[in-house]
Amino acid sequence: MTARSDLLTVLAGIGVVLLVASAIGWALRRKLSPDGRNEAVENLNDRIRAWWVMVIALGLAFLGGKAGVLLLFAICSLAALREFMTLTNATRSDHWTLVGAFFVVLPVQYALIWHQQYGIFAIFIPVYVFLLLPIVSALRGETRNFLVRVAEMQWALMICVYCASHVPALLNLPIPGYEGRNVLLIAFLVIVVQISDVLQYVWGKLAGRRKIAPALSPSKTIEGFIGGALSATLIAAGLWWMTPFSPWHAALMGAVITLMGFLGGLVMSAIKRDRGVKDWGHAIAGHGGFIDRLDSVVFSAPIFFHLTRYFWATG
Amino acid sequence: MIRDTIATLVGRAIALFARLVTAVQAIWRGADPLDRRQRIYFANHASHGDFILIWTVLADPLRRRTRPVAGADYWGGGIRRFVGRDVFNAVLIDRTRAQDGSDPVGQMAEALREGASLILFPEGTRNLTDADLLAFRSGLYHLARACPQVDLVPVWIENLNRVLPKGAFIPVPLMCKVIFGAPLRLDVAEEKDAFLGRARDALLALRPVREAA
Repeated sequence: MTARSDLLTVLAGIGVVLLVASAIGWALRRKLSPDGRNEAVENLNDRIRAWWVMVIALGLAFLGGKAGVLLLFAICSLAALREFMTLTNATRSDHWTLVGAFFVVLPVQYALIWHQQYGIFAIFIPVYVFLLLPIVSALRGETRNFLVRVAEMQWALMICVYCASHVPALLNLPIPGYEGRNVLLIAFLVIVVQISDVLQYVWGKLAGRRKIAPALSPSKTIEGFIGGALSATLIAAGLWWMTPFSPWHAALMGAVITLMGFLGGLVMSAIKRDRGVKDWGHAIAGHGGFIDRLDSVVFSAPIFFHLTRYFWATG
Repeated sequence: MIRDTIATLVGRAIALFARLVTAVQAIWRGADPLDRRQRIYFANHASHGDFILIWTVLADPLRRRTRPVAGADYWGGGIRRFVGRDVFNAVLIDRTRAQDGSDPVGQMAEALREGASLILFPEGTRNLTDADLLAFRSGLYHLARACPQVDLVPVWIENLNRVLPKGAFIPVPLMCKVIFGAPLRLDVAEEKDAFLGRARDALLALRPVREAA
């Protein structure tokens, strides 16, 4: 099969899943919330609607090729960075640092992917920006909270730009026998992460008893995590045909992605708790902000990228 | 006619730009967003974009007859004059009192009599200090005395001073909130200082709680 027909198969599959979800949401609404007052049902329908928008955006980006994918993730990075920076202690003396982060660092990182400069892409933010960013802030002479401010801005860039940019960077991996199909790797990563989030939620609702980290995230349970992770791993194995992996390797990758996504969700929850907010933003109805939806992808993307690069790619 | 159309388009473009940069979210806490009654919105003032943000989140029918009160010294010339006068239909007042006979409260009361709502910054000038809110000037009291039947709605603008701080010309994208509080009015027997203190407290009460670093 060609890459394009595989991609269309995947998109059609997701479309069917969403159609079923929409039908269930519609039926639940008719039965339980005819006047739109049942919050759980309304939230579910909000989420399904947002899923449609996300899938359509992702589908268009995939069909738009490398430029489309890079543009989509650059926009996601920008939206996520805005949410993260809003919660930091950056003050007006960091204004130029913020201007640099948004309008220089972010575009440069994505331009490096566009030009396939792996060597500099992998160290640009953790080495060069890490050193240059505090210099810009220091030159303004404001020392109050300096370490906190610089560390927060640096971390915002690592999470929202550096880690997120590893998703489109998958397009650059030269994998023998998989030429022209790399976009399916992105589809695999995103599908497994998101389906794992959904399944953990569903398993948690159905069988959740013991809380895994009550201080961080009261809705996460051991039963939900195990059920969700196992079923997402199975689905990952079933999707092996769209990857360069064998079914066993696909399952292993799925497990790693799921685990990192789960732990990433915990870390980002800890930050939200620390800052006293429930959601990162309010951009996506039913989901909160961009980071609320991206957190698990962001944590698993670099690991998935490097495992694939090390074991499957050449050069 | 053409000038009006351009002004409307520029207004829409400015509102869209404000939304793109700040993802501004309106929170109505005690005031009804669709209530068409005439109002005086009074807000904290830290950035030239303050009234734009309030204007952006108002529903369309309200937006059209809501006029910001702004300093003629800043909005008086060139492109700013077009934006201030034609796009936002600002009530331009002489803050410097350079001319004899200028009567800012009279101008505002006149606009209210014509049916407009007003956006007003009772600190009188942009707050460039570290304090959350400066002392209020007396204009809000005199206006409330002149038009006691109009609701005064406190509006807290959160974060815009970080988007475009003093002296900066490139805005950074950070998320902003505009929080509308419960309306208040001047009591018949209320003294000036008591009223200004009460209004200021009502505005400060809308501040989101910030964690200590």
